[in-house]
Amino acid sequence: MVAFSRPLTTTISRESAPATASAPAAAPAISVQGVSKTFRLPHQQYSTLKERVLHPFRSTEYDELNAVQDVSFEIAEGEFFGIVGRNGSGKSTLLKCIAGIYGVDSGRIGIAGRLSPFIELGVGFNMDLTARDNVVINAIMLGLSRREARSRFEHVIAFAELEQFVDLKLKNYSSGMLVRLAFATAIQVDAEILLIDEVLAVGDAAFQQKCFEQFFRLKREGKTIVFVSHDMHSVERFCNRAMLMEHGVMRQIGDPHAIARAYHKLNFGKLPHDAPAADASGAGTAIADAWFENASGERIAEVSQEEPLRMCFEVRFAEDLEEPVFAATLRTELGHTIVVARSDERGGTSGSFRAGDSAVVRFEMPAWLTPSRYLLTPSLARAGTGADAVALVEDMTSIVIHGSSSGGILELPLKTEIERS
Amino acid sequence: MSVPVEAAVLDQQPHRVHGPSALSGDLRRFWSLTVTLARTEFKVRFYGSVLGYLWTLVRPLLLFGVIWVFFTQVGHVNDTTQPGMEQYGSQLLGSIVLMQFFAEATGGAVRSMVDRENMLRKIHFPRLVIPASVVLLAMFNLGLNLIVWLIFSLISGVEPMVSWLVLPVIVGGLVLVTAGMAMLLSALFVWFRDIQPIWEVLLQILFYASPVIISIQTVEKDFGTTALHLYMLNPLAVIFQQFRHSMVTHATPSAGQALGSWAALLEPMAIVLAIFAVGFAVFDRSAARIAENL
Repeated sequence: MVAFSRPLTTTISRESAPATASAPAAAPAISVQGVSKTFRLPHQQYSTLKERVLHPFRSTEYDELNAVQDVSFEIAEGEFFGIVGRNGSGKSTLLKCIAGIYGVDSGRIGIAGRLSPFIELGVGFNMDLTARDNVVINAIMLGLSRREARSRFEHVIAFAELEQFVDLKLKNYSSGMLVRLAFATAIQVDAEILLIDEVLAVGDAAFQQKCFEQFFRLKREGKTIVFVSHDMHSVERFCNRAMLMEHGVMRQIGDPHAIARAYHKLNFGKLPHDAPAADASGAGTAIADAWFENASGERIAEVSQEEPLRMCFEVRFAEDLEEPVFAATLRTELGHTIVVARSDERGGTSGSFRAGDSAVVRFEMPAWLTPSRYLLTPSLARAGTGADAVALVEDMTSIVIHGSSSGGILELPLKTEIERS
Repeated sequence: MSVPVEAAVLDQQPHRVHGPSALSGDLRRFWSLTVTLARTEFKVRFYGSVLGYLWTLVRPLLLFGVIWVFFTQVGHVNDTTQPGMEQYGSQLLGSIVLMQFFAEATGGAVRSMVDRENMLRKIHFPRLVIPASVVLLAMFNLGLNLIVWLIFSLISGVEPMVSWLVLPVIVGGLVLVTAGMAMLLSALFVWFRDIQPIWEVLLQILFYASPVIISIQTVEKDFGTTALHLYMLNPLAVIFQQFRHSMVTHATPSAGQALGSWAALLEPMAIVLAIFAVGFAVFDRSAARIAENL
């Protein structure tokens, strides 16, 4: 399993907000330079001695999983830094490399300040022991001495609001109580740099509010916090900067709002084709223009729900192409894909094109969408599945749809019938 | 936090992050983590049982009772009237207690890394803490069992001797071998899951290949001097025999006397140190990658 690498230049420069994306002026608390981490996954999970003896050379078969590939970035002292990405994108592995739990294969990681050794809540909790014992154990693992752990115990329990359950075994705790206890213990850490993996998943609203307050407190105290999350809401709320990872590669770094958008796009903004390789797009076939039209062929920037809407783009061919697939993808500002229009749908044909030709493609549809701004991504692929993209420009132009909103994504014409019986 | 100011300032200098290792970080954290893990294990183990900790003390006594009855009263394997077999009960119980320590520590260490997978994957800490905590808990049990042995021995008429002062050396040697094996086994088990059943069988063999039930005089009488020398290559045999000599009765030879000279003891001593060194080396080498191979 080799994760494909994608040129960083085309993707990073596109959306990062220059004001925040540049490395901050303060001295870096964490610097990560060219870090790569590869896991070797043996084909058989456990090799027994017998297998070793019978097949001395077989064990050399491994799948290589490039969990993190050549990632570099710096985090300034006092920054609240988010790492986002889909499952398996390498963000937790990267965090573990920073924490020193995994060694790196290449590159180097530098840290200025004391690092909390924890990256997940409640590690070392033992279900057969009471909250009292577990808090002390957990705090010692956090790096406190036994005496410190004992002296902070009351405070921890008070914060977790578990005074009545101090001598209850953890196996009788609800999951919410467990998280409260774990979080209350973890924020006792005296480190200057905190690494936190997926924290705010559980806990009721009132307790979450308390957690947020603690985060703001840590932020005010100038602690450096790196946190991995799927919750874009908290990333946007807390982080000064964020980073998006995909397939072990850093795709984008900068303003958390831009990162959150890019993350939504990754998850929900599926395009019919992948972006073509950088060398192919240079001199080759290109999308020259993209725009929206109304039914009478006028270019428009906004449209009402009642009118038909045309998604249009112009392609200049630099090579001969037989039956290419044209596609237009309409996405929301958050990056969710709403409409994918393809020229090969229902057996449609596009004809053949010679180098030097140009073509204008128009897809017409009703604008039955909730009032908002929508972004058009035109693309062109070779004949076949449509996976082999020739040209693709993400979010090339946009349209504002206005009208009434029922609260859903679609505003379809409704026929209502009420029959009294 | 009790970290001195200078240290905190020094910490501000960027330092390179290294991967996990056997013994990284300061010794204080190593020790407090080891103690904490051992305590936790102790609490967990004895929470659910009615007699609780008493079982740890009763178990060697029960085993002792069985062996005593079968080998002296029923089977007459050992003639307790022979010289060297004086205070056979105290000798037997002493060996059982030492053997139990070795078996508990090494047997517990085998799975220890794998069982603490969660910790290994989520926290940065010196990896050696885990087998060390297993050995530490076993040492605590050994201490209490030795008290039981002492009470038993005094009741059955063993006289206090100056040679009791050698006990720390004997226990020290035993702890070295045990810690070496614990490190070796816990690291190897991550890669070879066969280690567990193999080690269980080996522990059984070691029980019979050490002076627990049978005295070394019997070995020498039945199999000859060469066999005895081979037998004494087993570090446990040397340690147990020295215990029986120094702690119970001088009627049974010391390890040095059994081998003919004190110089001959260098061999088992070298083996003890070699086991410890190999155990540490293997553990240290694999420590960096244990977390990702669990």
